[in-house]
Amino acid sequence: MTAPAPTARPVPAVGKPRPLKLPSVAERTLDNGLRVLAVRRPGVPLAELRLRIPFAAPTGKAGRAHTAQASLLGDTLLSGTATRDAAQLAADVQALGGQLSASTDADRLGFGGSVLVGGLPGLLDLLADVLTGASYPKREVVGERDRLVQELAIYRSQASVVAREALMHRLYGDHPYGRELPTAEQVEEVKASSLRALHAKRVVPAGSILTVVGDLAPARMLGLVEKALGGWTATGRAHDTPPVPETTAGPALLLDRPGAVQTTLRMAASAPSRASEDYAAFTLANLVFGGYFSSRWVANIREDKGYTYSPHAQVEHPPAGSRITVSADVSTPATAAALLETVYELGRVATTPVSQGELDQARRYAVGTLALGTSSQAGLASTLSQLAGAGLGLDYLRDYPQQLAAVTVDSALEAAARYLAPNRLTTVLVGDVSEVEAPLRTLVDVELG
Amino acid sequence: MPPPAKTAARRAPAKGRAPASDYRVERFTLDNGLRVVLSPDPSSPVVAVAVYYDVGMRSEPEGRTGFAHLFEHLMFQGSASLGKTEHFTHVQGNGGTLNGSTHVDYTNYYEVMPSAATELALFLEADRMRSVAVTQDNLDNQIAVVQNEIRVNVLNRPYGGFPWLLVPPVLFGDFANSHNGYGDFVDLESSTLGDAQGFFDRYYAPGNAVLTVVGDLDVAQVTQWVHDHFADIPARAVPERPSFVEPLPTEERRATVHDRLAPAPAVAMAWRVPDPHDLTTYLPYVVLAEVLTDGDASRLQERMLLQDRSATHISGYLGLLGDPLDARDPTPLLLEVHHPEQTPVETVLATVDEEITTLATDGLPQAELDRTVARMTSRYLREIDSVLGRATTMAVFEQQRDRAELVNELPGLLRQVTAEAVQAAAATLTKDTRTVLELRPGGAA
Repeated sequence: MTAPAPTARPVPAVGKPRPLKLPSVAERTLDNGLRVLAVRRPGVPLAELRLRIPFAAPTGKAGRAHTAQASLLGDTLLSGTATRDAAQLAADVQALGGQLSASTDADRLGFGGSVLVGGLPGLLDLLADVLTGASYPKREVVGERDRLVQELAIYRSQASVVAREALMHRLYGDHPYGRELPTAEQVEEVKASSLRALHAKRVVPAGSILTVVGDLAPARMLGLVEKALGGWTATGRAHDTPPVPETTAGPALLLDRPGAVQTTLRMAASAPSRASEDYAAFTLANLVFGGYFSSRWVANIREDKGYTYSPHAQVEHPPAGSRITVSADVSTPATAAALLETVYELGRVATTPVSQGELDQARRYAVGTLALGTSSQAGLASTLSQLAGAGLGLDYLRDYPQQLAAVTVDSALEAAARYLAPNRLTTVLVGDVSEVEAPLRTLVDVELG
Repeated sequence: MPPPAKTAARRAPAKGRAPASDYRVERFTLDNGLRVVLSPDPSSPVVAVAVYYDVGMRSEPEGRTGFAHLFEHLMFQGSASLGKTEHFTHVQGNGGTLNGSTHVDYTNYYEVMPSAATELALFLEADRMRSVAVTQDNLDNQIAVVQNEIRVNVLNRPYGGFPWLLVPPVLFGDFANSHNGYGDFVDLESSTLGDAQGFFDRYYAPGNAVLTVVGDLDVAQVTQWVHDHFADIPARAVPERPSFVEPLPTEERRATVHDRLAPAPAVAMAWRVPDPHDLTTYLPYVVLAEVLTDGDASRLQERMLLQDRSATHISGYLGLLGDPLDARDPTPLLLEVHHPEQTPVETVLATVDEEITTLATDGLPQAELDRTVARMTSRYLREIDSVLGRATTMAVFEQQRDRAELVNELPGLLRQVTAEAVQAAAATLTKDTRTVLELRPGGAA
């Protein structure tokens, strides 16, 4: 700007971070097979709960029917029990200063709840009522079914959803991960009786994990859970997701969105799980590439060229196979140029060493943000529940920084070559074909979808 | 088992009292006018630093729509001691996260850091309060970035900007309240470095800002650091904050927009509410929005989602951006209903009107009020449990109400809202004072 710049001042040095003090986790497996984790976290007078019930679909056609049923089951679990209708259930949760929600994805049925700490016994009783007595009233099922059909239409009107569906199908084919959302037709076939049958068969304690975090003694929380959920005696065992298939990238898939002012660019590939030996090296290589704002890719396509607002490279850990997804919504005229720069930055990190400075900066980010994620009751509950779902404990948060510390420029390059090489990534674009197809064809093979 | 760590908040509510927090509030003002609030909480080794400037979208001049937000982007482009991107790398490269956001009445900037980096975060905020350093290239670049932000959030998205960008031109008459705060592309593209310097000089004076630091901190040490880094920023004139109040609507206002990307219709209803500054008359409206729309047991959800099946999604809130306690007068209560094509919009409006009239006529049972306030309280406590939620809540309370202590007092104030006050608030949401914005799917007929 025009004003004379004042003299630059020295940036203060940062001391050694205070080590993260991990809370102790009390654990008990109930007689019915439910694994319960409880952590005391003082702070506000609240408690948080997370319940994960493995709920995977089978592969193939039966899986697609399951996905439709599971979606609607999540929407109607709280629609009534033997003793409460939907409004009464909602009022009872609210009166405790609580909230309770259920949702399903390709791997699990999940419940999330929070409550004023004095209401924890009440919320656990309501959860038990739903787990053992959800009645799926026909009227509510029909109503929610119609609503889900409408919501799916709204959801699919978003370019990001269109791109995600195509990307996942390319990556996983008929595996449940390849069809995260049901079609309207599949939803319309679901009946209340099939939800009751699915609930009886799959909403089971054995193999499921309940995490409770709150300002209460862990032993007391375990006791409350045992008292409320000890009577959840459905038999059978929760289902884990089948392993994901190996896929190859293939040509870039281009889907038409006539008149679109942006192209929705998505690329993805499998990635190492948190338990893999090269996970820490992969994480740091990915951060340097595009995994946080201070990355090469963001500096390039946003802060230098202005092609996009929110580019990000995200690593997800669904239990059957981790993946990396590279996402950017780029202005229509810049589509091919943005893809070129993206492939360039992937190729650069996969073939040439990152600098020691880039590596150290990414490492400090990865270590520091671990503390942020566990500094609230809600954050701690979600972190603990996700780790438990992956077979890991809170000690992972203690050990992982050591793994990060051991990453070298060479091991980061090795991991980047293995996982971030551009020819491994499956590419999907959703945009105005009449504008972007020809420029894209100068760079990559394009298949119109 | 070790004894429990010392808690910053009361453990359990005493009988009859609202569950609440008990966070410490320390405040001081520097000679240059910067107001500072510190709140220690040693429970995790993290700290949140927030700076709130008392300027938002409403202060943009005609011809410069979107400038407050564009300027927020420019505050990350370089400052007295830092080049472009260095602000980000200093924060993230020391294990922190950061962002900024532009609202109708303020613009904020914040970092959440490992507490060992507290002084660094203070230095970074002070450096850009002292001076920003933007080049023409960086301005051009951020105009392009902001245009892509608008494309992804509005232009290439179904229901983009509904209702927050689309209701103000119908509800309000004055430019300050009614214009598009994201900005017209023409205005954005014609913005200059001179505009930026002028905006900074006028609105980013230390006396126009509040700084909050919350989390794992030593009050004496942070007080010293604040003096070290902020005290020598020269004082500048603080602009008089104009009143943006305009006359209340005296008849129904209606408009229709066509959304070519949307597959199903929606409608927004808006009413002006009393000045938020007086919480006694304002909070009943905040409770009212929850009574109407929070969860399956709320009036409108039970009626329209569960009984009539005349809607697919309902939400209701105070303030265009959904935060009831961060906007000044004038501000609306908004109801947003997505409904199937088979439900005529007049049915939606008539049903909402009927439910509001029932509430205004028959009153609100105490048990319904109690459960509504119970959940509002727990949701609020959950929000301030994070150091960032606490830092931003305290900053806006201090900036707009000179009272960061409201962070602890709000649950008690909610508890004091009476059923009669909510009933009286409902009685003001009449047909002839409402604004209705219909969203029709598909292109214009």
